[in-house]
Amino acid sequence: MPLPAAPCGGFFLLSQTPQTGRMMTASEPKLICRNVWKVFGAGAGEFLGVKDADTSLASLSKAGLVGAVRDVNLEVHAGEIFVIMGLSGSGKSTLVRCLSRLVEPTSGEILFNGENLLAASESRMIEIRRHQMGMVFQHFALLPHMTVLANVAFPLEVQGVDRETREARAKKMIDLVGLSGKENFFPRELSGGQQQRVGIARSLSVEPELWFLDEPFSALDPLIRREMQDEFVRLQSVLKKTIVFITHDFDEAIRLADRIAIMKDGSIVQAGTPEDIVLNPATPYVAEFTRNVPKAKVVKVGSIMRAAKSASGTGATVRERATIAEAAPIFANVDRIGVIDSTGKPVGVLHRDDVVELMMRG
Amino acid sequence: MGAAHLTAWFAALAIFVLLWQFGEPISKWAFDYPKAWQIPLARWISDAMKWLVNEASFGLFTFTDLTRFIADIVNLPYRLALSLLSTGFLSGQGSSAVQILPPLSWIAVIAVVTLIGYHAGGRRLAAIVAICFGFLAVFGQWQSAMVTLASILVAVPLGVVGGLLLGIAAYRWPRFETALTPILDLMQTIPVFAYLVPILFLFGFGPTAAIVATLIYAMPPMTRITVMALRAVPSEFRDLGNMIGCTRRQMTWRVLVPSAKDSLMVGVNQVIMLSLNMVIIASMIGAGGLGFDVLAALRRLDIGAGLEAGLAIVALAIALDRLSQAYAARAGAPVAPASTGGLVARHPYTVAAVAVILVTGVAGLILPAVQTYPDALKLSTGSFWSNVVGWINVNFFDTFEAVKNAVLLNILIPFKRLLGGLPWLGVTGMLAFAGWRLGGLKLAAIVGVLAFLIAATGQWEKAMITTYLCGISVIFAALLGIPIGILSAERARLWSWVRVIIDTLQTLPSFVYLMPAVMLFRVGDFTAMIAVVAYSIAPAIRYTVHGLMKVDPRLIEAGRAMGCTPFQILTKIKLKLALPEIMLGLNQTIMFALSMLVITALVGTRDLGQEVYIALTKADTGRGLVAGFAVAFIAIIADRLISSGAARTKARLGLV
Ligand SMILES: Nc1ncnc2c1ncn2[C@@H]1O[C@H](COP(=O)(O)OP(=O)(O)OP(=O)(O)O)[C@@H](O)[C@H]1O
Ligand SMILES: [Mg+2]
Repeated sequence: MPLPAAPCGGFFLLSQTPQTGRMMTASEPKLICRNVWKVFGAGAGEFLGVKDADTSLASLSKAGLVGAVRDVNLEVHAGEIFVIMGLSGSGKSTLVRCLSRLVEPTSGEILFNGENLLAASESRMIEIRRHQMGMVFQHFALLPHMTVLANVAFPLEVQGVDRETREARAKKMIDLVGLSGKENFFPRELSGGQQQRVGIARSLSVEPELWFLDEPFSALDPLIRREMQDEFVRLQSVLKKTIVFITHDFDEAIRLADRIAIMKDGSIVQAGTPEDIVLNPATPYVAEFTRNVPKAKVVKVGSIMRAAKSASGTGATVRERATIAEAAPIFANVDRIGVIDSTGKPVGVLHRDDVVELMMRG
Repeated sequence: MGAAHLTAWFAALAIFVLLWQFGEPISKWAFDYPKAWQIPLARWISDAMKWLVNEASFGLFTFTDLTRFIADIVNLPYRLALSLLSTGFLSGQGSSAVQILPPLSWIAVIAVVTLIGYHAGGRRLAAIVAICFGFLAVFGQWQSAMVTLASILVAVPLGVVGGLLLGIAAYRWPRFETALTPILDLMQTIPVFAYLVPILFLFGFGPTAAIVATLIYAMPPMTRITVMALRAVPSEFRDLGNMIGCTRRQMTWRVLVPSAKDSLMVGVNQVIMLSLNMVIIASMIGAGGLGFDVLAALRRLDIGAGLEAGLAIVALAIALDRLSQAYAARAGAPVAPASTGGLVARHPYTVAAVAVILVTGVAGLILPAVQTYPDALKLSTGSFWSNVVGWINVNFFDTFEAVKNAVLLNILIPFKRLLGGLPWLGVTGMLAFAGWRLGGLKLAAIVGVLAFLIAATGQWEKAMITTYLCGISVIFAALLGIPIGILSAERARLWSWVRVIIDTLQTLPSFVYLMPAVMLFRVGDFTAMIAVVAYSIAPAIRYTVHGLMKVDPRLIEAGRAMGCTPFQILTKIKLKLALPEIMLGLNQTIMFALSMLVITALVGTRDLGQEVYIALTKADTGRGLVAGFAVAFIAIIADRLISSGAARTKARLGLV
C-alpha cells in the first residue's frame, strides 16, 4: 500500500518532491552562478584583477577588503528548492543579492535562463525583476503605511497594472497564504507569522519564476517557524517554483531542501542533497552540523533498500524517496516492505534489519 | 605619554602667559589687530550685494527678477491666508477698500482648530488647543495672533517641502550633500538677526521678507532630518524596491519617503516650532503680529503689554507644538480604512468644519459678537502685570539691585576685563594648540583660521564680549543644570516634572525669555545673562539625565557589590561614564546660549549681537553678515573642540 497522500502538510510534499526532484535532474539549470566574487572595500576589482592574486581571507583583510562571497559556483534547477545554509556573516545574504544583482558582484558570471545578468542593462534588470523574480525578506519589509491588500498589490502597482486587476490578484494571493479577511489590516496589527505570510503573498503576486527567500522564518518564534515551514512546503507543492532559500538553521535546511549548499567565510564548502551531506560530510565543519541530525529523518528509502525486480512476498509498499523515519512505522507487523518509484514500478525491497541498524547509528 | 601630554600643555600655557603679561610693549599688534591689515570683508559683501541687486543677471532674467519671483510665490498664499484669518477679502486699494467677505470668525477658527485637535489626539488635545486659542481671544491678542498664524501657515508648508526636496537631493547625490553640509552647518550657527539683514536688503521691509527669512531659517533642520531619516530606512526596503523593479522616482516617493514618515514628522514639528520662533523675531523686518507687539512693548519698556503678547506667543506655541506632535505620533498608528458611507460618514471632520464656518459666517453678519470677539468681554492683564512689576520694584528693588550689583562687580566685570585684555594672537595660538591636542592638525587649522578671521575682520573686541557673556551664562547654566540633572536622574517622579518644564521651555520662542528678565532687572548685561541662562539650561539638564540613565546598570551593580556608598557610585562610576554625554550637553548649551545672546542685543548688550542689530536697523548687509559670521565662528570653534574632547573621553573610557 503506498503512503496515503494527505491533501496538505508535510506528507503531501514528501510524495510530491520525488517527482519534481526527478524532473529537475533532467531539466536545464534555471540559474547558473560561475566564479562569483563579491569583495567589499575600495579597490576590490583591481585586487582580484591581478593574475594569481592571493585571495585568501587573510590577505584580503590585510588589504582592507571584506571577502563576502568568494568564488561561488552553483546551479539551481527548475522546480527545486535550493537552500543556502551558513552561519551569521558567512555571506548568504550577499550571495543571494548578487544572484538578483541587488549587489553588483565584483567578478564572475550569473546566467538566468541562459541570459547573462551581469551584462543586462538597468532597464532590462528592472524588467526581469518585475516579472521573473520575487523575494521574501527576513524582517518582512512591509510598508507600514499600506494595508495588507495594498502591500501585496504593490509590486503590480509599480508596474502600472490597473487597480481592479491588481487587487483581484492580490486577494487571490492573500487567500493562498491563508490571510483572507485581513486585507484591510495594517502590518503592525498582525503577528510576525502573519506579517511574513503577507511578505510571501507579495513576492508571489507577480508570479515569479525564481523565488528568493532570505531567512524568511528566522525572525519568528520556533513554534510559528515550524508552522510556516509546513505552510511553505504546502505552497511549493502547489506552485512548483524554482527557489533559492537562505537559512542559518541546519534543521530547516534539511526539512525543506532538495539540495543544500553550505557556506563558510564566503565560499561554499559542500553542496548536495540533504542525504549526501548527512551521510558524507565533506569537512569537519559540515560534520559538526550533521552530528545531531537523526539519520532516519534524512536518509531516503532508496538509499538502503536492496535492489529487486519485483516486490514479491511483501504486503505494504513505500516510495523510494520517502525517508526511513516515515517508513519505519510500517514495520510494526512486517519484516520487509516493497519499494516503488514515483511511477509505481517496484524497484527494491526494504529490510527491517537495515532500518534498525541505520536508526541505531543515530 | 601622559607626562609628555601635560608638559606640552604647560609649555603652551607658559608661552601664552608670557606673551600676555610682557608682550604688550614689544608687540602691540598682537593685542590690537592693526587696522591696516584688516580684511575689508564688510565692504566686499556690501559691494557684492549692490552688484547683485543692480547688475547681476542670469541671461534671461536679472537677480532682481528672481527675488521678485520668490516674493510673488510667498506673497500670494500669504495674502490669501491673511485675508482668511485677519483682514477679510477686500476689493479696491488702501482706505477705499471694501470688504466683500469677512475673515473667518473667531468662533470658526477655534472650532476648526479644536476639530483638528480632536482628530489628531482626542478629547484631551482638543481641550488644550481650544483653551490656547480661547486665551488669544479673551485676552485681546486675536488680531496679532492671526497675523502671526497666517505667516506660519505659509512658511511651514513651503519649508517642509523645500527641506524635503533638498534632503532627498542630498541623499541621492553625495556630491550635492558634500556641498550642502557646510552651508547647513553655517546656517544653523549664524545668529538669526544676521539672516535678516541681507533679506531686508533684497526683499525690502514687510511680511514677505519676514516669511523668506523664516523659510531659510526653518529649512535646514528639515533637510538634515530628511537625509537622516532616509538613511535610517532599513536596507531591506531598498532591496524590496529594487526587487519589484521600482524606478528611481517610485523608489523615492513610494518606498523610501513613506517608510521614513515617522521621522519626517519630527522634522515637520521642528519646522513649525522654528518658524514660530523666527516669525516672532522677523517682526523686526516687518512680520507684524505678536512679535511686533513684544518688540514695541520692549522698546517702550511697557512690561504689561509685552508680557501679554509674550503669553499669547506661548499659547500659540503650545497649541501648534502639541498638534504637530500628535500628528507625528499618529503617523505611526494605523488609520481606519475609509468607510463607504455618504459624504458625512467618509469625511466627518471636513464636513463639520465647513458647516461651522458657514453657520458662523452667516450668523456673524447678523450678530457682530460671533464675527469678532466682543471688546466688552476682553480681559486685560496688562495693567495687572504692570502693577505686579511696580509692586516688586517697590518692595524688592533694593534686594534685586544688590544681587545684580554684587554679581556684576564681582563676577561679570572682572571676567569681562580679563577676556578683553587677552592678546588675539595668544588666544588664537592657544585655540589652535588645543585643536591639535584634541583632534590633530586638521582641527588645529580649522580652529586657528576661524579665530584669526574674527580678528582680521575687526570683530575681536566685540567677539570677546560675546565670549564673556556666553561663557558666564554657560557656567551658570551648567552649575544649575547639571545638579538638577543629577537629582532628576535618580528620581523618576522629579524627572517627569522637570521634563515637562524643560519641554515647554524649549517650545517657547526665544523672544519670550526677555520679558520676565527685563521686568525684574531692567536692561544690561545682567538681564541678558539671566535670559540666556534660562534659555540654555534645558540641554544641560537633558543631556546630564540621559548620560546618567544610559550608564550600564551592571556596572552600578558591580559597584554596589564592591561596597561603594551611593555617593561613591555617583561620583566614581556614573558621572565618570556619563562625562562624554554631559560634555555634549554643554556643547548644546553653548549653542543655545549663543543664539539667545544675539537676541539680547535688544536689552542693550555691547557685543556682536548688538553689531548685527545695528546693521539691521541700518540695512547694512556687510556689517551685519561679518558680525554674524564671527558669532558662527565662535560657535563652530566651541563645537569642534568640545566634540573632539567628548569623543576622546569616550574612547578613553572604552565607550565607543
Ligand atoms: N555593504 C557592505 N560593506 C562592507 N561589508 C559588508 C557589506 N555587506 C556585508 N558585508 C560583510 O560581508 C560579510 C557577509 O555578510 P552577509 O550579510 O552576506 O552575511 P549573512 O550570511 O547574510 O549573515 P546573517 O546571517 O547575519 O544575515 C560580513 O562579514 C559583512 O560584514
Ligand atoms: Mg543575512
